[in-house]
Amino acid sequence: MNTTWRVLLPILLALLAGAVVLIFLGKDPLAYYGYVMERGIFSWGGLQETITRMAPLLLIAAGLIVAFRAGVWNLGGDGQYLLAAVVTAALAPALVEVMPRALTLVICMVIAFVVAAIWSLLPAFLRARYGINEIVTSLMMSFLGISLANVLVKLFFWDPTTTVPQTRTLAIADRLPRIFGSNIHIGILLALVVIILVHLLMTRTAFGLKLQIVGASPKAARHAGLKVGALTVVTFALSAGLIGLAAAVEILGVWGNVRADWNPAYGMLVVPLVFLARLNGLAVIGFTFFFSSLMIGGESAARRIGVPQDFVLLLMGLVLAFLALVEYLDHRRRQRLGA
Amino acid sequence: MGHTDGPPQSVRPAGADSAPVLPSPVLSVRTLTKRFPGVVANDGISLDFHAGETHVLLGENGAGKSTLIGMLAGMLRPDAGEILVQGSPVRILTPRQSLDLGIGTVFQHMLLVPSLSVIENLMLGGPWWQRLARGAAYRRFAELSECLGISLDPDLPVGHLSLGQQQQVEILRALWRDTRVLILDEPTSMLTPQGVRDLSAVLCRLCSQGVAIVLVTHKLAEAYDLGDRVSVLRQGRLVGGIAADEHRGMTEAQMTDQVIAMMFDPAHAPMADERAILLGRGNVHAPSVRRGAAPCLEVRNISTMPRTAAHGLQGVSFDLRPGEVLGIAGVDGNGQKQLAEVIAGQRAPSSGTVLVGGKDVTQGDVAARRNAGIRYVTDDRLGEGTVGSLSVAINLLLKNVGAEPFWHRGIADWARIRQAARDDIQRHDIRTRSEQTLLAKLSGGNIQKVLLARELGKAEGDVKVIVFSKPTHGLDLHNAQLAHRRIRESAAAGRGIVLLSTDLDELLTLSDRIGVLFQGRLVGIVDNGPGAGAAIGRLMTGAVAA
Repeated sequence: MNTTWRVLLPILLALLAGAVVLIFLGKDPLAYYGYVMERGIFSWGGLQETITRMAPLLLIAAGLIVAFRAGVWNLGGDGQYLLAAVVTAALAPALVEVMPRALTLVICMVIAFVVAAIWSLLPAFLRARYGINEIVTSLMMSFLGISLANVLVKLFFWDPTTTVPQTRTLAIADRLPRIFGSNIHIGILLALVVIILVHLLMTRTAFGLKLQIVGASPKAARHAGLKVGALTVVTFALSAGLIGLAAAVEILGVWGNVRADWNPAYGMLVVPLVFLARLNGLAVIGFTFFFSSLMIGGESAARRIGVPQDFVLLLMGLVLAFLALVEYLDHRRRQRLGA
Repeated sequence: MGHTDGPPQSVRPAGADSAPVLPSPVLSVRTLTKRFPGVVANDGISLDFHAGETHVLLGENGAGKSTLIGMLAGMLRPDAGEILVQGSPVRILTPRQSLDLGIGTVFQHMLLVPSLSVIENLMLGGPWWQRLARGAAYRRFAELSECLGISLDPDLPVGHLSLGQQQQVEILRALWRDTRVLILDEPTSMLTPQGVRDLSAVLCRLCSQGVAIVLVTHKLAEAYDLGDRVSVLRQGRLVGGIAADEHRGMTEAQMTDQVIAMMFDPAHAPMADERAILLGRGNVHAPSVRRGAAPCLEVRNISTMPRTAAHGLQGVSFDLRPGEVLGIAGVDGNGQKQLAEVIAGQRAPSSGTVLVGGKDVTQGDVAARRNAGIRYVTDDRLGEGTVGSLSVAINLLLKNVGAEPFWHRGIADWARIRQAARDDIQRHDIRTRSEQTLLAKLSGGNIQKVLLARELGKAEGDVKVIVFSKPTHGLDLHNAQLAHRRIRESAAAGRGIVLLSTDLDELLTLSDRIGVLFQGRLVGIVDNGPGAGAAIGRLMTGAVAA
C-alpha cells in the first residue's frame, strides 16, 4: 500500500464512521459534511478563516516536529502557548505607544519565543540531567503555565476599562498586516517559511541529523560524542519557542488581547496532526489545512446544524484510531509477505 | 500447572544409575523446517535427544542452532515437520507450553529482572490468580540447589549477582518445573574458567539424574569436553554428527578434524588462523610491540562511580606502548565497559588521568579524544555503535556529523557523503544493497564491518590507540577472523591496542600482555606466554586480589 493511501484511507474511514455517529444523532451526514466543506473551504470568508487559523497550527507543528524528531516529547505546548500569548497581549499595546508598529510586532514575537522557551527549561533540565520523563514534567508545567497565565491576566495585566478580566487590546490597525486586502494576516507566510526551514533543518543540516541521532538512540549519540543533554535543552527551547511564536502570531494577528480563562488548547490538537504527517514538515502543511478547515467549518456547522463543535475532535480521534489500525494491518501484511 | 507443588519426577536424588542405556528419546524433532524471508534457517532437521546425555549442537553463527532451540522453546513456530515428546507429537506454540512439556531453556542473554530477588525471579511465571507460595518456593529452591551443588542467597537481588551466578539462577528457573530437557544456548560465553568448571559440574550432575541436556555452542573444545554426542549444523541442515560411543573413543584432535570437515564447505575450509579461532587453543601470536618507544597511552589511577550491577573502577593504572596489544580479561561486569568508556571519553572518571602520547586528555570529550588519536570499537554494535533506523552512509559518519568535508558550515553535502560511503562499502566488503539501506537490515558481521570501517578507516588525524571491546562476540568464523586480522594489522602499524574480551582464548591469541579486571580493580598484568592462561584464570576469580 503506498503512502498516499496509508494516509487517505484512515481519513475516509473516519468520515464514514463519523457519518454513522451523525445518523445516530439524527443529523444528515451529507448535509453536515457538505456544510463543513462549504464553510471551511468553498466560501471566500471561510477559506480566509481557515488559512488564518493555519498560521498558529503550523507553527506549533513546526515546534512539535523539532522535538519529536529528537525523541523529546514536549507535551507542554498549551502552557507555553498561553504564557507567550499573555505576555504578547500585555506588551504589544504598551510598546506600540512608544515605538513603530513593525518593531513592536517583531519584539513581541521574539519575547513570546523567549518566554515559552524559558517555560520549557525545567522539564528539559530534568530530562537532561536526571533522565526524568519529560512527558510527565512538561504536562505538569503546562497546567502551571495555564494557571499562571490566568493569574497574570487577573492580577497584573487586567485592562481597567473592562469588566471581564482581560488584557488591553491592540488596535486593529496595529496588528499584523493583511495580505492583499484580504482578512488573512501575514502570520501564515511566516508559518510557511518556518515550517519549510524546520524541514530543511531536519533533512539537510548537521544539527538536524544530530537531533535525529539523539532521538533514535541516545546511547549511540553519547557513543558518537554528541552532547545529549545540551541538545535536549536546545531542542526543548526551540520547540517551545516556536509554540510561543504561534501564540504571538495568533494574538498579534487575530485577537489583539487575551481574556482570562481563554485556552484554545491548540498544542494538544496538533499532536495527532504531526503524527499523521509522520513528522514530515511538508506533509504537515496539508494536514493542517484539512484540520483547520474542519475546525472552521465545524464551528459554523455547530451554530447552523446543531452538531456540537466537539464533533470535530471526535472525527480527529477517529482518524487517529483508523490510522493506527491501517498501520497495524499494513505491518502484518508486510510481515506475511516477508518484505 | 502448579509450579511449586510436589517433588519433581525428573530431577531424581543424586546417586541414581548414571550409565544411560538409551531407551526411546525424551525429545525428538522430525524433518523440522523453518523459513525466514530469503533463507531456510532449518531445513528438514531430524534429531533425537536422550535422557542422561549431553547433546551438543555445533555450528557457525547462522547455521540454524538458535532457530532450532527457538522452536523447541516455543518462541518460533516450525513451518513443517514435527516435535515429539516421549514419542508423541506435540505442538509448541508458546514458551509456557514448552515449559509445560518439561523443556527448560537457558538463553544466551539473561532474561531475569535485576531488581527482584533470586526467589522472586524464580516465582515469576506462576498463574496470576494464585497467591505467591513463598514457603514452597524456598523448599524447591533448597532442593534444587542441593541437587545441583550450587549455593546462592535466594533473597539477594539478581542485579547483585555475578553473571555466572545469574546463569545459575536461569538454570534453576529452567529446572523449576518437572524438567526433562534442559537447553542451554552458548552457556559459557560469559563465564570465567572457574565458572565453566562449575557449569560442567552442574551439567554432569543433571545428566546423572536423567535430564537430557542440549548444549548449543560454536566452540569445538567445549563440544569435546562437555558433550556425549555431537550434531553439526551448517546452513540450516544437519550435516553430520558423532555418536556417543564414537565420541568416547576419540581424541580431541580426531574429533575436531572430523567436526571441522562437517562444519565447512570443502571449498571454504578454514585457514590456519581461522582454525585457531575455532579451536580456541592455537596461539599464533607474533608480537609487534616497540619496547623502546614512549607509551602511547597512559592510564593513571582511574576511578569511576559504580553503577547498578556493574563495578566502578578503582585506581586502574597501566601503560600501553605503540604496537602493543594489551588484553583485558575478566568476567563481564567487572569494569570493562567503564574502562573502555573512560579511555574513549564517553565517561568522566571521578579521579585519575588519561594521557595520550604524553598529553593529558582527561578533560576531553569523545571528539577531543578522537582528535587525540583514540578509536573505540564497541561491543554493543546495535545498541550504541550504530543507529539501526538510519542509513549505512550516516552510520559510517556517525562520529563525524557536522565535520568537513561532508558538511559545510553545518549543511550536509549528501553527494559527497554517499560517495564516501560507497567507497567504504567497497573497500571493507560491506554487504549491503546500497549505502542508503537502513543499517538494521545488515547482518551482524556486516554491522561489525561498518564499525571497523568507521574506526579504522583512513580517518581524520593520527590514530594512536584503538580500544576493541569483545570484537568477535557473536560473529561467524569469517568475520571473527577478519576482526582478528584488523587487530594484528593495527598493532603492526604501530598502534597501541586495548583488547577487552571475555574470551580467554582470544586474549591469549592476540595479546602481548593481559591484565585482569576484578571488581573494578586491575588485579594483575601477566606477560603472555606458557602458563599465562592459568595465571589469568586465578586472577579472574579474585584469588590473588588483595
